[in-house]
Parts: sequence; C-alpha cells; structure tokens
Amino acid sequence: MSNQVLNQGIAETARALRSGAHSSVELTQAYLERIAAHNPALNAFITVTAEQALAQAAAADAALAKGEAGPLTGVPLAHKDLFCTNGVRTSCASRMLDNFIAPYDATVVQRLQDAGMVMLGKTNMDEFAMGSSNENSWYGPVRNPWNPALVPGGSSGGSAAAVAARLCPAATATDTGGSIRQPASFCGLTGLKPTYGRVSRWGMVAYASSLDQAGTLTRSAEDAALLLQAMAGFDPRDSTSAQVAVPNYLATLDKPLAGLRIGLPKQHFANGLNAAIEAPIRAALAVFESLGATLHEISLDNNHLSISAYYVIAPAEASANLSRYDGVRYGYRCEAPKDLEDLYKRTRSEGFGNEVKRRIMVGTYALCAGYYDAYYIKAQQIRRLIRDDFTRAFEEVDVIMGPTTPSTAFALGSKTKDPVTMYLEDIYTIGVNLAGLPGMSIPAGLVQGLPVGLQLVGRDFDEAHLLNIAHQFQLATDWHTRAPADLGEL
Amino acid sequence: MALASKDIEIIAHLARLHLGEAAQQEALGSITDILGLIDQMQAVDTTGVEPLAHPLDVPQRLREDVVTETDQREQLLKLAPSAENGLFLVPKVIE
Repeated sequence: MSNQVLNQGIAETARALRSGAHSSVELTQAYLERIAAHNPALNAFITVTAEQALAQAAAADAALAKGEAGPLTGVPLAHKDLFCTNGVRTSCASRMLDNFIAPYDATVVQRLQDAGMVMLGKTNMDEFAMGSSNENSWYGPVRNPWNPALVPGGSSGGSAAAVAARLCPAATATDTGGSIRQPASFCGLTGLKPTYGRVSRWGMVAYASSLDQAGTLTRSAEDAALLLQAMAGFDPRDSTSAQVAVPNYLATLDKPLAGLRIGLPKQHFANGLNAAIEAPIRAALAVFESLGATLHEISLDNNHLSISAYYVIAPAEASANLSRYDGVRYGYRCEAPKDLEDLYKRTRSEGFGNEVKRRIMVGTYALCAGYYDAYYIKAQQIRRLIRDDFTRAFEEVDVIMGPTTPSTAFALGSKTKDPVTMYLEDIYTIGVNLAGLPGMSIPAGLVQGLPVGLQLVGRDFDEAHLLNIAHQFQLATDWHTRAPADLGEL
Repeated sequence: MALASKDIEIIAHLARLHLGEAAQQEALGSITDILGLIDQMQAVDTTGVEPLAHPLDVPQRLREDVVTETDQREQLLKLAPSAENGLFLVPKVIE
C-alpha cells in the first residue's frame, strides 16, 4: 500500500476498502504512523487510541469480507475531545477534565461507530470550545500545518490541523460561534455547521447550549455529506433535537446550479474587508456565475451587533453550564480543601484556564439582578433582529455567501493579549449561530500560500442544498485538493 | 457602568472563583473591554422586540413521565475524586 492513500478523503477511502485495494487495518496502521511522526510538532491530538483503532479496523475488515460494509465501514476518523467516548479520556482540553474517563458514548460517536468508522483518537481544541485560535488548551497550542508559526483557528483547531496534515481523512468538530468554519478556512478544509438541532448534542460537553452544534471537518463536500448522513437525525436524549426528516444528502449533490440566487451581504463586502481576501472570494463568486448562478446584494442590518449579543448569551449559558464543575462528582479536585467553599473556589480556579474563567465571570455579571434586562434580555432581542434579517434575505435569495474570516491564519501569540481583538475574528460567522442556520466554509483560494475560506449560509435544515452548492463548486475548482507542502512526502 | 476592583471580587465570588491580586487586575481590564463591546447593543432601540431565547423558537417537547435511565451508581461513583459507602465525600460542612 502506498502512503499516497492518506491523501484520500472518505469517499475514495471507502471505495478503496470495498475494492480490496488494502485493508482497514493496513490503512489505520499507516495513519497511526503518520500521527506518531507529525503530532509532536502539530499537537493536533490530545489522545491517540491506537489499540482500540486497530480492533475497530479488524472488525471493519471482517464486515467488508462478509459483504456487510456500509458507505463508511473501515474509514478512520478523529473526534474533537468534547464528544464523550466510553472508556477513553474526554478532556475538553481542560485541566478540569484531564482525568475524566467518560462512562458513555456521545450520540455522534455512537452513530459513527455503528456505521463502522474507526476512531484514531481525540483532537485538541480551545478549552471548553472557548477560543478562535486553539491557544487556550491545557495541552498547549495546535500549530497550523500550512505554517507552524500560525494558528489553525479555533475552537476545533486540532480537528482541522489533523485533517489538513493528512493525519486522518475527516474529523468531527463543533461550532458555537464559528468553531468549525473558521478553522476550516484557516486550514483549507470543508467545514459544515448544520442547523441547530440537526445533530444530537447528547454527550457533547456543553459550552453554550442554545448555540452549540456538532458538524464535520473534511476534504470535500461529498465527504461532509457522507458523514452528516450518519450523524444527523432526531435523538430523544437531546431535548432540543429537531424532529425533522433527514434527506439523502448524496442524492442531490449533482443538481445543476442554474438559476441559483446568491445573496451577498453588503456589510461583509463594505470598507474594512481585507482586499487580499476579497480577490479570491470575488473569483469564487465568478465561478458560481459561470455555473448559472446570479448575484444579489442583500443587507444584514444588525450583523455588526452579533458579537456583542453573542458575548452576553454564550457566557451567560456557559456560566450556568460550567457551574457543574465543583470538585465533588468528577473531574479535578484541589489538594486538601479546608472547607466546602475553599473546595469549590480552588478547584475551579486551578481547574479552569484564563479564558474560561473570564467568560464565566462575564456571564455571571450579565445574569446579575439589576443588569439582567440591560444585558441578557437586550441580547435576546438583538438575537431576534439578527434572525429576522436572515429570514428577510432568504425571501429573495437561496444562499448567502461571503468571506468566512477577516484574514488568513494569524501568528501564534498575536492576539492573546487582547480578548476583544480575538472575538472580532468571528464577525462573519457568529450571526449564523445566533440565528441557528446551517453554514459551511469551503476552500476558495490561496493568498500568499495560505488558504482562504468562502462561507455559505442556508435556510433552516437545508444542508442538502449547501452541500450541493459546495460540491458543484468543487467539481469546477481544485482548491479543496490543495494540501500543505512541507510535512514530508506521502 | 464602570467596573471597580471590588466588583470583580464580587463576581468572582458569585462564580465560586478565587483570583489572586494580579489575576484580578487583569480581569478588571479585560472584562471592562468586553463590556464595552457588549454595550454597543444599547445603541439600538429594541422596544417591543420579543426576546429570542432559542433559534428554533419552539417550546420544549414533552415526554412520557417514565423512568428511562438505568442504575449506574457504582460506575458514576468511580469518577468521583472521593467517595465512600455510595456517597460523595466533601469537607465537613456541619460541626
């Protein structure tokens, strides 16, 4: 088996396994070797589950031999380390959960395991998914495979770096304010954040429950469709899981785009958009025009308030969600507490990193009696205005497009001193989470050798259309096939 | 609403966090900046706008009131930093 197979995405890998070109065990072994070679420099994985992976691969090979294989059987993947995995540490990149062995599988993990996929390990991330650079991890920062001096984006930075570096063909991720789309953009990947409620949150460590949504980081839209097919659908164990039928995502990938109406938010193309980013985005839009789409200016009047509203709502929900970490039932506990209050305070102060503590405090403040109306209620009102803007836009267009991020990947350490500067990185992505809509980022070009992402936003539960649009673009272009050069020959 | 060092101390206590002197000063600076960002919301008149708590904007569904969980007491107690006789142990609360 040539190591060239590690360049293959899910669809090609699955085809090769079914044709008997090589076994899942051979493939898994090759990925484990590549992880061993490159992970020390990239820090993309927190935990590598080699033994378990080889056992799952052997079971997949048995299923393949019996002709019982599904479309994902034997294909390796990695999970972001906030999905609970039975018997395997689920750390959320926090000292607080460094010793936490989940007693059950998240629904996403269970479904992908049932589909025959092989888990290679758990990927690094910003602690409790709070961050846009993957620098807030108890296990240290992740480096961007395109240039190790740069961040991979966050919070799903480990998943993105792992897929980009060909340490796995695909990875799960989550997106609360841009945490799938921004790393996808920085690492040259296809990132899909489904509609809120599309994929079960059960077994995902909670950050901001009205915004958190699980999705995928892959090399192509076709791969995202294959994974989403297995992940999506109603789960009675998630109280906000949507009871909406799951279509066949592969069936509509080949629909032509003639007549597609693309909305361009004038606020995203206004003064302030980096010219270097604008050029590849405009070129990508021209590709869509050549495929028969038309471009229309739209207005998202309240988008500029999305970061303000988010930094009330998400911290408020986080302050409630993270109150469970008390040093009593599981996770970190401080040494020799002198009384109960000392136990709580020292456990939480020693167990949480600075950004987590900061957001807990902002949320605590916003929920205080006396400030509740000015902050929390006001933010929820803004949230409705933001959602209404999207609803109005979708009366005139079928999809909204623009840049995913204001810049290409930035240098490690360049924004850590000033949280607000870091927060502003999510200006194009956060409104989509507040509105609950599905979004994608797909590779649209390179600027000075670094990937640029195009964001696609769709109507509620219209992932099939987004995947179709992205797939058609990927048939017409080859940006999604570009890989970082200097990681050693495959 | 300008924050003072004392406010940070109160917020930290409410969140059951203990910050040292330096961390408290850092928090005062960064949280003041974040509240400045948040306060941009106040420029918009939202009179009469119904708050949106949840993107799907639908009530939570109900389920039958029956037991669905199995007994995992032993398994869960194994995760506790300190447990004995089926109980979580904490520092003495009552003298």
